[in-house]
Amino acid sequence: MDIVINGIHYEVDNNTTILQACRRAGIDIPTLCHDDRLEPFASCRMCLVEIEGSNKLVTACSTHVKDKMVVYTHSEKVIKARRDVLDLIIGNHPLECLSCDKSGQCKLQDYCYEYGIIESSYLGDKREPYVDTSNPFYDYDASKCILCGLCVRVCGELQCTSAIGFEDRGFDTIVKTPFNEGLINSKCVSCGNCVSVCPVGALTPKAQKFRHWETKEVQTTCSYCGVGCQLNLIVKGDKVVGAQPSLEGPNDGLLCVKGKFAYKFINHPDRIKTPLIKRNGKFEEVSWEQAYRYIRRKVIEIKEESGPEAFAGLTSARCTNEENYLFQKLFRAVIGTNNIDHCARL
Amino acid sequence: MITIEELKRIKEEQRPILEKRLIEQGNVNINEDGSIVLNGDYYKKQVRIALKNCGIIDPNNIKEYIAVDGYFALANCLINKKAKDIIEDMKASGLRGRGGAGFPTGRKWETAFLYDADQKYMICNADEGDPGAFMDRSILENDPHSVLEGMAIGGYSIGADKGFIYVRAEYPLAVRRLRAAIDQAKELGLLGNNILGTGFNFDIELRLGSGAFVCGEGTALIESIEGKRGMPRTKIYRTAHKGLWEKPTIINNVETFANVPVIFQKGVDWFRSIGTEKSPGTKVFALVGKVENAGLVEVPMGTTLREIVFDIGGGTQNGKEFKSVQTGGPSGGCIPANLIDTSVDFESLDKIGSIMGSGGMVVMDENTCMVDIARYFLDFTVDESCGKCVPCREGTKRMLETLDKIVSGKGEEEDIEKLESLSETITLGSLCGLGQTAANPVITTLKYFRDEYEAHIQDKKCPAGACVDLVEYFITDKCIGCGACARACPVDCISGAKKELHVIDQDRCIKCGACMEACPPKISAVIKR
Repeated sequence: MDIVINGIHYEVDNNTTILQACRRAGIDIPTLCHDDRLEPFASCRMCLVEIEGSNKLVTACSTHVKDKMVVYTHSEKVIKARRDVLDLIIGNHPLECLSCDKSGQCKLQDYCYEYGIIESSYLGDKREPYVDTSNPFYDYDASKCILCGLCVRVCGELQCTSAIGFEDRGFDTIVKTPFNEGLINSKCVSCGNCVSVCPVGALTPKAQKFRHWETKEVQTTCSYCGVGCQLNLIVKGDKVVGAQPSLEGPNDGLLCVKGKFAYKFINHPDRIKTPLIKRNGKFEEVSWEQAYRYIRRKVIEIKEESGPEAFAGLTSARCTNEENYLFQKLFRAVIGTNNIDHCARL
Repeated sequence: MITIEELKRIKEEQRPILEKRLIEQGNVNINEDGSIVLNGDYYKKQVRIALKNCGIIDPNNIKEYIAVDGYFALANCLINKKAKDIIEDMKASGLRGRGGAGFPTGRKWETAFLYDADQKYMICNADEGDPGAFMDRSILENDPHSVLEGMAIGGYSIGADKGFIYVRAEYPLAVRRLRAAIDQAKELGLLGNNILGTGFNFDIELRLGSGAFVCGEGTALIESIEGKRGMPRTKIYRTAHKGLWEKPTIINNVETFANVPVIFQKGVDWFRSIGTEKSPGTKVFALVGKVENAGLVEVPMGTTLREIVFDIGGGTQNGKEFKSVQTGGPSGGCIPANLIDTSVDFESLDKIGSIMGSGGMVVMDENTCMVDIARYFLDFTVDESCGKCVPCREGTKRMLETLDKIVSGKGEEEDIEKLESLSETITLGSLCGLGQTAANPVITTLKYFRDEYEAHIQDKKCPAGACVDLVEYFITDKCIGCGACARACPVDCISGAKKELHVIDQDRCIKCGACMEACPPKISAVIKR
């Protein structure tokens, strides 16, 4: 169908939302509550656009295009509404950008910059302070929450845990665990997917301090299991300071607790980086060649002495399927035992 | 299984018993055409369709409902009409949703009828929540079967075999009577499987609301029935397409359903002969506030506000000057005295900035402060906003804070402009009807009573004398020094020697008005200014 956005004609498919059409056309529409993977929620009202023939503004994220639709994404009316929405959000948000971990990567900060909002025109009440630091991996500061609902919906719709939800009504609405039991006592599995989608600094990892502009992102495959989740390690200098799921790959922007938070082993001083052989009661660092020679010799010796059933092999879920296959092949075909197991069974 | 013959037999058997009881009661007239109406001046100017059985039949006895032709419309529809005919009739009747927005019921039903689905639902919205509104409550409590019958007819027409009534738990009597009515209808075979031997199945279940006003909004109501938090959905699809559990769903208000059986009993032409061309039929209003005869009023659409407030309602209390009438509850607007001849129909009310709404009608007199009224409704909306979208959650709160500032005498010049600008954003940008209409009380009072806002802001005066922070009690030299005021003052801030002029210490006065009440009426030395 044919639609007109800001005076230019575009050909778009049925079942396309205005937001999708605009993005394909390279027109930037601000969103705070939208995520392609989730059902449209339309709560932040930042993507409001004007449609010819309609008095009300509509949300681009949840409105399907219609043939001959005429859309204005940056009309005076739209800009005023977006500025007012930002003004209202900022009116209930602490202006602590100087000390906020999210500064530099905060969508609210970016949009306020873009729309010229310096401070709120409202000096009224703010949300009751509420902080939950009970989870060992991340913190929650409700005063910074803009109630976009991304965390709640990711937890429910994608992670299928539903550990958090909206509580109370109206201005008092707050994201919390049921019965206010705190994150640590909730169903939360610490996957951190809520932290990954939070557009502001309400949900932040308990991590080293860094500024986003000091870091670079390095895409890699998570080494914890065979799924092959793609993630971007956030690297400051030569240290990994965080992990963010990548939308490319089988994980579709999600991670588990290990991928999201358990990256500190990478720079840990105790991390074993070479094979070790115990000599005179002490482990000594050796090369891989030395290690393989040692293993080969020992295997032959023991097999001759006690037979193949003297061996047992335990492999790791951190290996890929292919690696695990080869490992059991080695034990069954080369060593000649079926004594083989895997940590995922434990 | 009940047959149509059995239904007729019940009617013939019960009708004389009902009439006998009513004649003994002596508060009704039984007309030649068989219709029964309540007598008394209050009812003379009313035309009762939705309320026709209220106060007449025993709501706990299904046979009395049958005695006034109850369930014959359903029987007629099931036996003689195809689903499509019913929808055509509904469209021809021009019945519009009585919940407030006035969407044509027939067209709504047709949408759900046209979608092919393995399951469809009929929902009755009985989550009446506007302050001072009790139209639906009266119907549910006094004539529950009319709603059940309307739902069954609707269910048959769209192809739904399941209905839900979402009723607020704060209406315990309505809940009890609905339960009893559903049980009795099931027992007689007028609900359940194979109704009247036609093969049509229709079951109704109750769902109780938990006190959230926003659950009166269709999609929030659906979420609530599904067991989720009552928050409105973004309208990607109409509920008639994807509603309850993603199935075609029709939601109508109690009063709408109560109109349906009557339309099929008396015919489309009869219905269209009442009301206006675009808004046929009647509307029930809960006439409340500073009016002489408060109560439920059902009048043909197109009746003027003046007729309702003055002819039926008897005008304001104690001869005070009429100032305004508010329609549509927290979503509506305040209509000033000079527009009292406005006809009550969807278009006319919309044109002057108010809405029909579900039927709340609050009368205000000279002692009502319009800024305070706007503040009252905003206070309600702030409490009842679900908190989902920014303009409603944050915007209404900021409006309330601004209004609070104004009524407490701290208003600034730019506040009016701020209110206007924010009203626009909330109206244009909110997600659901609650937010989109939340600013209406402010918009209409600013439009029609701007001088009152200016008086509060510029002169720090409340012309109606209602805003506590802006009035002061003052003792004039008419004072005879009797000391009655000083004795009545709960904070002991009135001083003066016996038989001498008394004085109120304004700094300590809490403005309770006790002194004014205590001052002997003959003297009336205490004034409010």
